[in-house]
Amino acid sequence: MTGTIRGAAHIAGAFEHPLRTIPDRTTPQIHAEVAVGALADAGLSMRDVDAYFCAGDAPGFGPLSMAEYLGLDRLAYVDSTEIGGSSYVAHVGHAAAAIAAGKCHVALITLAGKPRTGGSGPGGSGRVGDSPEFSFEVPFGTSVLSNYALAATRHMHEFGTTSAQLAEIKVAASTHAQHNPHAFLRDVVTVDEVLESPLVCDPLHRLDSCVITDGGGALVVVSPEVARTLDRPGPVVLGHGEAPKHTGNGRIDLTHTGAVWSGPRAFDEAGVTPADIDYASIYDSFTITVLQTIEDLGFCAKGEGGRFVADGGLQAPHGRLPFNTDGGGLCNNHPTNRGGITKVIEAVRQLRGEAHPAVQVPDCDIALAHGTGGSLGTRHGSATLILGREA
Amino acid sequence: MSDARDTPGPLPTPEPWVHADAKPFWDATAEGRLCLPRCTDCGAVIWYPRGFCPTCSSFAVEWFDAPGTGEVYSFSIPRRGQGAYRDAAPYVVAYVELDLPDGIGGDGPGPRVMTNLVDCDPWSVSVGDRVRAVFHPTERGVALVRFRPA
Repeated sequence: MTGTIRGAAHIAGAFEHPLRTIPDRTTPQIHAEVAVGALADAGLSMRDVDAYFCAGDAPGFGPLSMAEYLGLDRLAYVDSTEIGGSSYVAHVGHAAAAIAAGKCHVALITLAGKPRTGGSGPGGSGRVGDSPEFSFEVPFGTSVLSNYALAATRHMHEFGTTSAQLAEIKVAASTHAQHNPHAFLRDVVTVDEVLESPLVCDPLHRLDSCVITDGGGALVVVSPEVARTLDRPGPVVLGHGEAPKHTGNGRIDLTHTGAVWSGPRAFDEAGVTPADIDYASIYDSFTITVLQTIEDLGFCAKGEGGRFVADGGLQAPHGRLPFNTDGGGLCNNHPTNRGGITKVIEAVRQLRGEAHPAVQVPDCDIALAHGTGGSLGTRHGSATLILGREA
Repeated sequence: MSDARDTPGPLPTPEPWVHADAKPFWDATAEGRLCLPRCTDCGAVIWYPRGFCPTCSSFAVEWFDAPGTGEVYSFSIPRRGQGAYRDAAPYVVAYVELDLPDGIGGDGPGPRVMTNLVDCDPWSVSVGDRVRAVFHPTERGVALVRFRPA
């Protein structure tokens, strides 16, 4: 092992689409809107881009269709790694590695889609029917929701985790979302309100679940040489790790996520520990996703997540681990059912000191963004990214 | 969406895709047998059924009958179904950890298989419950393997 991406790249541009319902734009147009937004944020243009990254939400032939649509004609590197909502967190690590290897200098990452107002869902759905595992799951009426609920039931069984503890995660997210004028849900909710919301798949309630929103986001990852030419270089990439988790030949353990593997890889590369993290964006498709991920990343011991999130443990700016200060997927935005890119965007805001003043973490030097794509109950991708404040 | 705690009616039986390398599993379901693959090289029991051993990379697979008993590893209760399950909720989706015959699979637990629990009150189910396989035929003549209280 010799290579590292520590310090090899900066996130010079980040942009989240401000809307949550976008009936009058096509999905490629939304990709274009967020691309232009992130490049403008960086002080760059489409003509500077020499690497492009997208995942299953990109229409048609993925990076080929989108490169053509966007007018990217100087690409030397493309990557369409598809691991669900965690893809865009992994893309940052891949972009940094490609930059470190000298393959490219300005990488653009985009996500866009409109599950609220029409258009197809994220990619893969057309391929599911002939996947080898399909017949051993889907005929039983499984869904993303039932798969996450299976993980919640087992965690409750082994560790005594309660629905009220899971509800604390939603409460913290809603407390942050009240300050975000773009958030899909801005009302602060209580533990009782979460518990009184309808059970959508026992043991998960409606308010344990993320929002469904149109939207998108984009990131621009650049080499240190390019960063030095910009008005501001942007947060620096310190470390990245990723791992798929699957059912493991029928021996799946539902009490942990792939973060048990991706997390240590990212921390090792960054040379930091969980105690060094000032702010964390934790993928929040459901409350149980957050609880298990916090344990797996080492912010608390396995099984202690319920106690860790209680009593405002996740609330910014002064909780044990300020998390998802934009309101997260639970309240703010889960564009095209994929939240990885918004996790990175809010980490960038925190490191720039540009989060809402009510939730800005003081002296935020090191931030973590974690993506979980797929289902805790079957198979998912995990990607962990650690970023540092620009020098 | 239903909050009524009534016992669900019969569940739908959507057709599985019968891939060639899992056909012995599906053929056995038509006869009410739970037939699993295992690797003839390393002995690992393979789940989901396929013609490849994910433990040792062998293509040498043989088939054996499991007793059809097991215990609930986890479960969830959808309150709204999709597709064929549109009118089926509430129902129980579960992982059942299968029992294996003596001498197969070493000392480790059997595979955890996705299924439904039937013939029970969904809210009476607990992790660790003992269950037994039942076979629900599809129109094309195979069967979905579900479980009921043992």
